[in-house]
Amino acid sequence: MQPAAASPVIEFRDVSYRVAGTEVLSGFNLQVQSGETLVLLGRSGSGKTTSLKLVNRLLSPTSGEIRVKGVSNGKRDVIRLRRSIGYVIQDVGLFPHFTVERNISLVPRVEGWSEDRVRARVQELLQTVGLVPETASRYPHQLSGGQRQRVGVARALAADPEILLMDEPFSALDPLTRDELQREFLLLQQRLHKTVVFVTHDLREALRLGSRIALMEAGRLVTVLPPREFLRSNDPLAAAYVRAFGDGRESAANRGMS
Amino acid sequence: MNVVRFIQQNHDQVLELTLEHLRLVGFSTLFAMLIGIPLGIVIAHRPGFNKPVLASANIIQTIPSLALFGFLLPVPWLGERADRLAILALTLYALLPIIRNTYTGIRGVDPAVVEAGRGMGLTESQLLFKVELPLAVSVILSGVRVAVVISVGLATIAAAIGAGGLGELIFRGLAMVDDSVILAGAIPAAILALVADFGVGRLERRLLPR
Repeated sequence: MQPAAASPVIEFRDVSYRVAGTEVLSGFNLQVQSGETLVLLGRSGSGKTTSLKLVNRLLSPTSGEIRVKGVSNGKRDVIRLRRSIGYVIQDVGLFPHFTVERNISLVPRVEGWSEDRVRARVQELLQTVGLVPETASRYPHQLSGGQRQRVGVARALAADPEILLMDEPFSALDPLTRDELQREFLLLQQRLHKTVVFVTHDLREALRLGSRIALMEAGRLVTVLPPREFLRSNDPLAAAYVRAFGDGRESAANRGMS
Repeated sequence: MNVVRFIQQNHDQVLELTLEHLRLVGFSTLFAMLIGIPLGIVIAHRPGFNKPVLASANIIQTIPSLALFGFLLPVPWLGERADRLAILALTLYALLPIIRNTYTGIRGVDPAVVEAGRGMGLTESQLLFKVELPLAVSVILSGVRVAVVISVGLATIAAAIGAGGLGELIFRGLAMVDDSVILAGAIPAAILALVADFGVGRLERRLLPR
């Protein structure tokens, strides 16, 4: 699947991140290839979100370096870097005082796109994420959680970034909406081939969306495996995850027995 | 009523004093906004500064106004004209609500929104002007509203140092032991305060982010 020789789009080289004396991330090495969806899986506090924020330099590493498209992050203009990376977070963070259209078009606008081009792009993106054109003139508080997260994705895609960082984007949604958005994400990814780093604590989501799963624990990378191999992995932590998630029927059966 | 008759007979003077009063309040509020809003923005972004700045503004607030007018009187350029001095003193009193509300308003912006903006590549100034200030504006204005209402009341005391304004009628009435003269100063002052409160309040609601 992965072209082994191609140079990685994102590369962590021996990265550590320490804050107030605590190692949040240590000796972290990881390469993300073009067009893949790399899932960072781990429990709360394992360093997933920290790793993500190091990519768009919301955080800077204590030691080591992160390279994006071959260039060290420290040597880049941070604003340019961030505008070339789409960013989606769990709380969505839509601007409550802006309409959907202005939310989506903020970066294109500050980049000086023409009004016509902005409007066309917004309509195109609304369609891409499965929202009706009229959504453009609404405010975030008028939307459902699922619609809001769709807008969040559209906003991240606005300036057509090659890289997409997604920090538990679907975790706060109800199971049916989550399922719908996961399915659409897969379809979208088939079409757009973005390089995606996706943070989740949900193994099922990781298996469904990831081309590879990077398992993290206590600031360290435990293993990186494609979904199929993850399920068969002998690694104790990976196996514990697989056991913990089991499947729905098993949980129901357990309940029935007790 | 005597007050009505007094105002009818002296409407030119009452109007003139009302305008003087407005001038004191207007300038001092303007200066307090020019100083207080930027200061509030700075302390909202630099956590270390918020305590000393808010404490200083708080202390100023506790100085009795008459005493503050008295303290400032010997200051060279200021003491020459009572209205300058009054405007400075009123500005100092108006600072606290404006600084505090600017600080509170900006700190109250949802961190997820700020982080999303920063992560998307907004510069710090774009973040401030496109996100933080628009979202904080109604809280900031409610601070301005409090400041204006306080100033309208305090400005009456400025007449004690000869700065003019409606306080002049109040002090004159006190000296003459004539309630109608006191009321001729007090009622327009109260109306000013109410109108200012109402006006800024409306602006505040209109700018309320959804």
